[in-house]
Amino acid sequence: MTDWPILSTITFLPLLGAFFILLIRGDETNAAGNAKAVALWTSVVTLFLTGFMVSQFDGASAEFQFVERFEWLGNGIDYAMGVDGISVLFVLLTAALMPICILASWHAITHRVREYMLAFLVLETLMIGVFCAMDLILFYLFFEGGLIPMFLIIGIWGGGRRVYASFKFFLYTLLGSVLMLLAILVMYWQSGTTYIPDLMDTAFSADWQTWLWLAFFASFAVKMPMWPVHTWLPDAHVEAPTAGSVILAGVLLKMGGYGFLRFSLPMFPIASDMFAPMVFALSAIAIVYTSLVAFAQEDMKKLIAYSSVAHMGFVTMGLFSATVQGVQGGIFQMLSHGWISSALFLCVGVIYDRMHTREISAYGGLANRMPIYAAIFMLFTMANVGLPGTSGFVGEFLTIIGTFQVSTWTAMFATSGVIFSACYALTLYRRVSFGRIEHEGLQQIADTDRREIFLFVPLVIATLIFGVWPMPILDITAASVDHLIANYQDALSSHAANALLIGGAEGIR
Amino acid sequence: MYQAIVFFPLLGALIAGLFGRIIGDRPSELISSGLLILSALMSCIAFVDVGLNGEAVAVNVLQWIHSGSLHIDWVLRIDTLTAVMLVVVTCVSSMVHVYSIGYMSHDPARPRFFAYLSLFTFMMLMLVTADNFVQLFFGWEGVGLASYLLIGFWYKKPSANAAAIKAFVVNRVGDFGLILGMSAIYFTVGSLEFDTVFAAAGALAKGQLEFLGFTLPTLTTICLLLFMGAMGKSAQFFLHTWLPDAMEGPTPVSALIHAATMVTAGIFLVARCSPLFELSPTALSVVTIVGAVTAFFAATVGLVQNDIKRVIAYSTCSQLGYMFVALGVGAYQAAMFHLFTHAFFKALLFLGAGSVIHAMQDEQDMRKMGGLRTLVPASWFVMIVGTLALTGFPLTAGFFSKDAIVEAAYAAHIGPHMFAFTLLVVAALFTSFYSWRLIFLTFYGLPRCSNETLSHVHESPPVMLVPLIILSLGALFAGFAFYDFFIGDGQAAFWGSSIFTSADNHVLHDLHDVPGWVKLSPLVMMLTGFALAWVFYIRKPDLPNQLATEHDLIYKFLLNKWYFDEIYNFIFVRPAKWLARLLWKGGDGYVIDGFGPDGIAATVLYVTRRAVSLQTGFVYHYAFAMLLGIAGLVSWFMLAGGQ
Repeated sequence: MTDWPILSTITFLPLLGAFFILLIRGDETNAAGNAKAVALWTSVVTLFLTGFMVSQFDGASAEFQFVERFEWLGNGIDYAMGVDGISVLFVLLTAALMPICILASWHAITHRVREYMLAFLVLETLMIGVFCAMDLILFYLFFEGGLIPMFLIIGIWGGGRRVYASFKFFLYTLLGSVLMLLAILVMYWQSGTTYIPDLMDTAFSADWQTWLWLAFFASFAVKMPMWPVHTWLPDAHVEAPTAGSVILAGVLLKMGGYGFLRFSLPMFPIASDMFAPMVFALSAIAIVYTSLVAFAQEDMKKLIAYSSVAHMGFVTMGLFSATVQGVQGGIFQMLSHGWISSALFLCVGVIYDRMHTREISAYGGLANRMPIYAAIFMLFTMANVGLPGTSGFVGEFLTIIGTFQVSTWTAMFATSGVIFSACYALTLYRRVSFGRIEHEGLQQIADTDRREIFLFVPLVIATLIFGVWPMPILDITAASVDHLIANYQDALSSHAANALLIGGAEGIR
Repeated sequence: MYQAIVFFPLLGALIAGLFGRIIGDRPSELISSGLLILSALMSCIAFVDVGLNGEAVAVNVLQWIHSGSLHIDWVLRIDTLTAVMLVVVTCVSSMVHVYSIGYMSHDPARPRFFAYLSLFTFMMLMLVTADNFVQLFFGWEGVGLASYLLIGFWYKKPSANAAAIKAFVVNRVGDFGLILGMSAIYFTVGSLEFDTVFAAAGALAKGQLEFLGFTLPTLTTICLLLFMGAMGKSAQFFLHTWLPDAMEGPTPVSALIHAATMVTAGIFLVARCSPLFELSPTALSVVTIVGAVTAFFAATVGLVQNDIKRVIAYSTCSQLGYMFVALGVGAYQAAMFHLFTHAFFKALLFLGAGSVIHAMQDEQDMRKMGGLRTLVPASWFVMIVGTLALTGFPLTAGFFSKDAIVEAAYAAHIGPHMFAFTLLVVAALFTSFYSWRLIFLTFYGLPRCSNETLSHVHESPPVMLVPLIILSLGALFAGFAFYDFFIGDGQAAFWGSSIFTSADNHVLHDLHDVPGWVKLSPLVMMLTGFALAWVFYIRKPDLPNQLATEHDLIYKFLLNKWYFDEIYNFIFVRPAKWLARLLWKGGDGYVIDGFGPDGIAATVLYVTRRAVSLQTGFVYHYAFAMLLGIAGLVSWFMLAGGQ
């Protein structure tokens, strides 16, 4: 089975599905139905293949696995795919969220369904590609290419201010992309290769590391998003359709964190160490600041979007603590946030589909009419505030414990986030679900139907199972994270030894 | 068996919660109550096995979090300390379950109520059986969740919802300390398992910790951070404000969670960490001071409250203060003894009050009660028993445990023990006064309710009375029966290694040898309080109003609970809301967006309007195409340049 290019299959299968959708002809309703069916089946098959791939993955090894490498553009730029313990679960997360997205859009999208499904399948290819790419140029293509379908999803199927939102989204990403491209060129010129494992073994000089780190940081910090370049996220979420929000929060936000893990930490360890205090400061600000801002929101999606920024603050803080707990916690937090925030956006979607508003004040007392919905929403609210027993806790706790070893100040501010998150999340829940039904329109609102419950079931299971027994995830990431930390510490200590040596030599002279 | 004790309640919660609507109300009630009674019976067996026959055990359940050198597993640790808590939690909980069948009989959402109650019990059991700090934290947050759900059980009431959020958030303030405490422990010890951490206590006591820019003694810092968590959960001074509001929940909830079990989790935490606290005199002194101030403060507020449940709530707060004083002076065993007896008589008082409220058609204001003694004689009787036990009438449960704490405060040699002793004795006077005030206002004098209500007053059904009777037995005899084991001659054998006391800590021994006046002082205070209450509310019923008008300032001060809510609202809540809006509109909207994307956008639009007439709003299309063009050009250049 080593000969079979399973990663390329997983990556390009959705594109094949998209191609089939292009071929669909017929009248509007038929075409829409067929497009939906093709999209759903393609994403389900992709998910099964991904599941098979993960089951064959050897978690004890820190090496890249299922590697494919062909000459592509020449001059050391190859087509190379592979996954290690850090990326493999993100592939699974992407593949698992996609069928949920397509099912969530089943009735919500009524115009240009064919194009919509097309956009989602193309997006899936590009997102999986990001996590599988082992070549820097290939990574860049997937990474930036993913913007286009997302851009279209917001711009075409979005809400009232979609033009403003996509414009903002674009402006933020523009600067980061250009800088990252420049950095990629520099790396290529310096090392003569764009193959990621080779780049990891390349020791860039400390001066270059600083500039390269900053260029990559510009791109990843926007994607993450970190404070203060986060303001595109709430607008993008508000205008995006439900499934767009799910993908945005569930997968696209993780690309920044993945980028830090794949490039910044292993390739520029000295710069990472140097800039860690800045990242800590930005993370701490993000956690406190955006939690407070979330508290003032009147739009449900904006509130959850701001809470996402706060949660990503835990991730960046954990990653740059460069401790095993911090990095594993950061990865876990990204995965767990992947399904918890997806579920929360689906929760908003459920009532948005019924009432067509996201204003918190338009709701109230939903628990009276929608007990199942209220129970599901409660579970994910609690997961969002990081209650132990849900997966939200494990990541938060590990990142705090990891960061405490490096910076107690950062850990202190991050911990204060547990108070703020309780404030905004419970207030949101209260205003939506509790109380009497005051609004006339809510008197007849129906509880979740079978399709909606079916969407939530896998997310509920993931939240609870991995809250109580996170070992499968921690086991699969352990070897790669240990390897990453060990290399990072080696690089730092040899740099320190060199500095000492040079200093000593000058002293003798 | 130990797994069964812990997981039966979870099973009950799942059955009642997930299938309650399918199997119906009555089966849900019976299944969850039945499983809890089974759990309680097994707990009693465990108590005999572990406590009396001294066989501590640890049961491995599952791996939890392994990351690098951090290893956290699900393990049930059953030693004497746990066994005591098992008995308290499961016995009170099963009584409350049975009682609720009667009390909640008119409520449409009974399966949900029983599911929450059982879930709470499970979480509490996870807390007390924890073998490491993180599992304890799981239970700790889990009971917080259950408390939140149960306070807000009647979710149509805005006041209940507000109280639920307040309880959760204030507890989280305490958790803030607990999480940092755990982080500090892992940082310094490299483990979060109790045994490993306790074994390292000696080294920690000598260590220094860099924390927030200060160099602090490690052990004291850790203990104080942990204690912050305990203060939140056990409603101690500064973090107590949630407890009185929590009375918005149904009365059985107040009995179980906000009197007998959850609020004592803080006591349990400190007792569990006795190997750490014992080596940090500074931390112990802080515990003593906070406990003493709480005992006094809550008792003063209890003097003037008119809501029957709030009086008992403040009494709970005050009694928790007593327990913390005991912990602070090193008499951990006495604290656990009081926790044990208090669970019975305070649950009894709450359930008795619930019986009265039930009889009065949900009236809680004592000013509208009076003269109920002949109408609800059984409730009257159990309330008298509870009051006797609470005020420490000789040979009742409270007499043994509370007096032991007062004596321990006097006999101790560490910290501000005399300060604590003084406040506790005064608080004993207040306790007796407000307890008897409650009895006199409720059961004696002339009825002050409407005739309409009065005609409906009825005694509670047997399903509510039987648990009351059982708890009465506990309130009367639990002290007498277990005195020897908990703090008497048998204590060393009973506690085994579950509580650590240093070699020079003789407080348990010394408390038996205090001077006679010390031994008598709680009794004198109790009698004085009784006499005062009798004068105020039976002999001269006008006196309270007269005093209240004469000393209006003090009365208002006490009635408004020392204005804590108002002060917190002023310092925390309102500034936080103001800041939130400022950061949103000012920070995100004006500064970041204004100078960032919007500013750039405006400039771009301005420039393009000047230069060429482009359709506004589609500028980004061109810009996007431009970016792709640049990317393409640069890539081509790079590839070409490489050749």
